[in-house]
Amino acid sequence: MIQIFAFYLFASVVIASGAFTILARNPVHSVLWLILAFFNAAGLMILIGAEFIAMLLVIVYVGAVAVLFLFVVMMLDIDFAELRGGFMKNLPLGLALAAVFLAELVFGIGAYRAGNIELGEHALNPARMGASNIQAVGELLYTRYVFLFEMAGLVLLVAMVGAIALTHRKRAGVRPQNIGSQVRRRPEEATRNMQPVVGEGVEL
Amino acid sequence: MTEFFQSSLGMGWGWFVANVILILLIALPVMLSVAIVIYIDRKIWAAVALRRGPNVVGPFGILQSFADALKVFLQETIIPSGANKGLFLIAPIITFTVALLAWAVIPFDQGMVLADINVGLLYILAISSLGVYGVVVAGWASNSKYPFFSALRAAAQMISYEVSIGFIIVTVVLWAGTFNMTSIVEAQQGHGLGIINAFGFNLLLFPMAVMFLISSLAETARAPFDLTEAESELVAGYQTEYSSMAFALFWLGEYANVLLMCTLNAVLFWGGWLPPVDWAPLYAIPGIFWLILKIAAFFFIFSWVKATVPRYRYDQLMRLGWKVFLPISLLWIFLVSGYLMLTRYGI
Repeated sequence: MIQIFAFYLFASVVIASGAFTILARNPVHSVLWLILAFFNAAGLMILIGAEFIAMLLVIVYVGAVAVLFLFVVMMLDIDFAELRGGFMKNLPLGLALAAVFLAELVFGIGAYRAGNIELGEHALNPARMGASNIQAVGELLYTRYVFLFEMAGLVLLVAMVGAIALTHRKRAGVRPQNIGSQVRRRPEEATRNMQPVVGEGVEL
Repeated sequence: MTEFFQSSLGMGWGWFVANVILILLIALPVMLSVAIVIYIDRKIWAAVALRRGPNVVGPFGILQSFADALKVFLQETIIPSGANKGLFLIAPIITFTVALLAWAVIPFDQGMVLADINVGLLYILAISSLGVYGVVVAGWASNSKYPFFSALRAAAQMISYEVSIGFIIVTVVLWAGTFNMTSIVEAQQGHGLGIINAFGFNLLLFPMAVMFLISSLAETARAPFDLTEAESELVAGYQTEYSSMAFALFWLGEYANVLLMCTLNAVLFWGGWLPPVDWAPLYAIPGIFWLILKIAAFFFIFSWVKATVPRYRYDQLMRLGWKVFLPISLLWIFLVSGYLMLTRYGI
């Protein structure tokens, strides 16, 4: 009973906030609605017993990705009139995308109704029943799928290096701080104790 | 307690009533200790500065926080005309709620925990990553320059330190072999030489304990990392436009977060509810007493740091997070997992 109630609560909030994400006039509001959608999707994950995925969803998407989104969107100075002016121009493309998604959805549900696909090793699924989420995921990820896992890591690494290489630039005339040398500096190296003759001043 | 209510009220309602009572049993003492802790913070700060601190309301001024709360409660809530009204009001509520949410998985004693879930530590990471939204939304919705700068700083700062906190937590999880908070505390029993109940006395984990303490200062935006409300540059940061109860909610949430981070320090590295030494007579004292003692000790360190350490510059803060803590904690995951692989799991 309470599961059904919770499911419809989470699901309707996901759909509503998803709709508001694209309907909201203000981009910051859009991002906040998107965050609400993520959060409720995590609730749905908990309902199906995937608490590890739910926590990762909140940590990664809500806690990191959406914060950076918000960070960027907050700083944008967006001309709303111009944005809305582009609506008619982009309408055919949007409709085409919507049609593709709808077709895929119908097709997907139809295929699901027709029965599961056997992906070859379904019966050999090595995930232990009764193990906790983290153990089950870990046992699969670091044994059977270890090469795929490492490949994903490599892709991320390349993306990271690429992003740094694209945005990093050497600027001339910058004097970066060298913390080590500052800490090592002693008064004897930095100051001089002079006894100048009156009227002559100090040579620097 | 759940069984008692379930036997008298039926399964569903009994569970509901019991959990509401348990939530109140955690939330109300937390709020009360926040009030006391604010008083203690001001007293310690005053003592370091050779002042008296609050000493007028009640004996030794101990009722000062309650007087402040009453004053704030009676004030008018001012909403700036240029502010985004809905978000402006939601922001302090987010901060306050999120600060209370994480207490659900904190074990106060053997079995004394509201939700003993097996992803407890991940839950805390998830909740603490939500905390930044209160600040960011407040800064943006105020529609004013200083709060906005504060929001930008908060977003960057909290993301940076969450990364290293995550890695530090991984070392603890590797050693304890679980994400469950209760099991993490239990794994620390007799950890040091068979008599000391703490991960912190482990030579491999001690540097992580120190880094976690510093990162938790940054994560809660306490001095010396309180750049989000640096009064010499940003007036009062994201709180500049707030008044009355909205302001008080920020304050309460902030101190509840500080208490939570003190508790996490105690639970992850210094044995939680276990007495410091694994000696039978010490177990006669209830575990919650030891936990509160440890939280108080960490809170003292927090206010001591606040009273003595000058504020970091923003680029220094970022340098510490990304160039010092991140590489060191990554290296330590490598060291800890290598050590465990050689000793515990025998390659």
